[in-house]
Amino acid sequence: MADKIDVSSGQIPAGHDIPDRSGLFSDYRNGHFFCELTNSGGPSDPRIDLIRDRLTSLPLHDLRARAKQAEQELYNLGITFTVYSERDAIDRILPFDLIPRILTQPEWQHIDAGVRQRVRALNMFLWDIYHDRNILRDGVIPRDLVLGNANYCPAMIGLDVPGGTYVHISGTDLVRDDSGRFLVLEDNVRTPSGVSYVIENRHTTLRVMPDIAAGIDLMPVDDYGMRLQNALAELAPAGVSDPQVVLLSPGIYNSAYFEHVFLAREMGVPLVEGRDLVAENDRIYMRTTAGLRPVHSIYRRLNDDFLDPEAFDPTSMLGVPGLVEAYRKNNVTIANAIGTGVADDKAVYAYMPRIIRYYLSEEPVLSNVETHICAEPEGLAYTLANLAELVVKPVGESGGYGLIIGPHATKGELAEFRTKLEADPANYISQPVISLSVSPTLCENGLEPRHVDLRPFAVTGHSTWVLPGGLSRVALRRGSLVVNSSQGGGSKDTWVLAQ
Amino acid sequence: MTTTIDPIATVPLPLLSRYAECTMWLARYMERIENLARIIDVTETFVRSGASDGWRGIVQINADEERFFATHDATTARSVIAFYTIDTENPTSIVSLAHAARENARSLRPVISTEMWSQLNIFTKFIRGLGREDIRPSEIFQLCARIKQECQTHTGITEGTFYRDQASIFYNAGRHLERADQITRLIDIKYHTLLPSEAGVGSEVDISQWSAVLRSAAGYHAYRRVMTADIRPSSIVGFLLKSEAFPRSLSTNLRLLHGNLTQLRRDYYLRGASPIVGRIEHLRNILGQQTAQEIIVRGLHEFNDWIQHELQVIQTEIAGAFWPKPGMAAIIAESPEPAPASGQTQSQS
Repeated sequence: MADKIDVSSGQIPAGHDIPDRSGLFSDYRNGHFFCELTNSGGPSDPRIDLIRDRLTSLPLHDLRARAKQAEQELYNLGITFTVYSERDAIDRILPFDLIPRILTQPEWQHIDAGVRQRVRALNMFLWDIYHDRNILRDGVIPRDLVLGNANYCPAMIGLDVPGGTYVHISGTDLVRDDSGRFLVLEDNVRTPSGVSYVIENRHTTLRVMPDIAAGIDLMPVDDYGMRLQNALAELAPAGVSDPQVVLLSPGIYNSAYFEHVFLAREMGVPLVEGRDLVAENDRIYMRTTAGLRPVHSIYRRLNDDFLDPEAFDPTSMLGVPGLVEAYRKNNVTIANAIGTGVADDKAVYAYMPRIIRYYLSEEPVLSNVETHICAEPEGLAYTLANLAELVVKPVGESGGYGLIIGPHATKGELAEFRTKLEADPANYISQPVISLSVSPTLCENGLEPRHVDLRPFAVTGHSTWVLPGGLSRVALRRGSLVVNSSQGGGSKDTWVLAQ
Repeated sequence: MTTTIDPIATVPLPLLSRYAECTMWLARYMERIENLARIIDVTETFVRSGASDGWRGIVQINADEERFFATHDATTARSVIAFYTIDTENPTSIVSLAHAARENARSLRPVISTEMWSQLNIFTKFIRGLGREDIRPSEIFQLCARIKQECQTHTGITEGTFYRDQASIFYNAGRHLERADQITRLIDIKYHTLLPSEAGVGSEVDISQWSAVLRSAAGYHAYRRVMTADIRPSSIVGFLLKSEAFPRSLSTNLRLLHGNLTQLRRDYYLRGASPIVGRIEHLRNILGQQTAQEIIVRGLHEFNDWIQHELQVIQTEIAGAFWPKPGMAAIIAESPEPAPASGQTQSQS
């Protein structure tokens, strides 16, 4: 098969052993891709060999039975997202792979430092562009790209958010190239989702793979909700001694509703909908059986546009009329702040290394993927000349929609895309195709390499904490590089080996 | 009564009005599903023992005549059972009630236990998957038994895992309100199915039908134990309405409902509960001051209707008292007619 690369022609990174070829791994070939299990990024950790040995001795039918048990459990517990058709509501689980993806301490410390650095720079950038605009004046990033950005929110100009924190919750999408180097693919600083799967995947994996995990000390993921609650309480408006935190959800028909439920439970706070909240005298209250009770911090899982029909989309039924006014009067904290979307724009992303250097006078710990901005003439010229080798992405889309992967596209698709690109170059960026790392994944024919990415989640109050590990998304289709759940992606547990 | 405030709680827990409403309706829908399964079961027994138009009775006690006859010509076993089990167009069918219970439970997932949700999730998916082949005459007894058991499992998990604060009090209030309502409907099915004629009363058919009513309320053995050889209809009605020990009697449920509202007023300082406590006391007095014989003489069906009406008023008053803006938190499902006494109220969020 064309996409199954013979190991003899693949490049095994120097210094790593040829993987063990017995048992479950007898047909496993990761070719020139970096394998998350059989290679290790830094000095080898004997625990990885132990885990691999344990996996090797499992019969395939046993593994399949465990996978089935895990799926049934996820379904019964309602760890699902809901797909609505005209007549029906269908609950789907995010496909789950039970082979964990493993990170060593040195790998993790590198990611942790890189993510914290990035969140710091992003918060400083947001403060700057809504206040003094030094970075624009100094010409580090084009004025238009920021001030003309659809996600730049004029209502935020001059507003001092507590702690200078705009991004309380972020998810940084990382990929790993064929040398094992971590690269940032994009930042998610609006309402990133998926953290519930990190924690539920851990529970599920430990339940169905107790023998694989036995005696191996993993960094815990259970305290995410508590940390988040603390951060939001910490950044409640000044002078509130016992802040009431709530999670604002669009409601039970939202496809991520399970995650909202999960987080509200883990944080120990009420899950509210817009209709539960009311603004009076520029303060926010929730409707309780005992009357209206004040609310001080809102973790919202609602996009900016829907937050307040008085300030934004007047047709939105999901938000709270008067919320933005209360926010502007510093009577309520909103996490993430309004108007953060300008910072995770795919075009602004290209400037992130410069943004980090500008505010922190440090080199980025985590590199960007080399990015060509089609809004700039050189970028467009390069992209058009190398279309067949590049990934080209629309800047405004998420979920893996609207992008083209040059090497995987037909001549016709490339020609069609070229026309779209030439018609609206400012809407696109391009990047080289990264040979994403692979992780052994249970597939129809046994364990096979499948491409994975990693989304670590960071929580920022006065300081930033990164949940050890993150969401490992896996492209379940053979050869596919698209890990998004809407495009046939699944997920697996991410283990960070403790010190 | 001891206080329900948890002394180890670090913060006084406020309860969203929407959660209060959803817990009440979750309890009501689950009770209603169980009772509907019981009623289908007992009707099946009636019809086997010779009641001429037994299936019509169910349609009558649910005040569903108009909706039923809009799409059906006659109350046959097949048409009525389908209408009350798998008909998604009928808001009073088990599949519709299970859907409403599920939607309320989904809203409540942050509040209820994982075990409660998991069982409801599996149960409501099972109900959604029912088809024609599951409601054939040979299957219906089995199906009703399974539904009753699933509802009781829900009740047991709730008892064993639901944290006892305001939310659980509202849940219990919903359960007791619904049980009070349903026992009057169960008694009424006998009234509708076989209008009491002088000749019929006390006959073998009459007695076996009253036994079936008792059995469907899971009260047959308890009744036998306390009433021994007394099988007069007035004694059975007395047991179902006035027993203080039988968990599904009207009297028991009014007493427990009274306790729930008292707890809300006393432990959670919800002053809006006061007038409702008064209304329930009034209802209990009226029930307490009459014997079953007197109720029957004055008109059993009229009494049942009146009780159902009063219970609806109580539900409405609860909605008004604990929701800062009435109607804001609730989307009332297509309730056929809120005013008449015998229609069943519905809500889902």
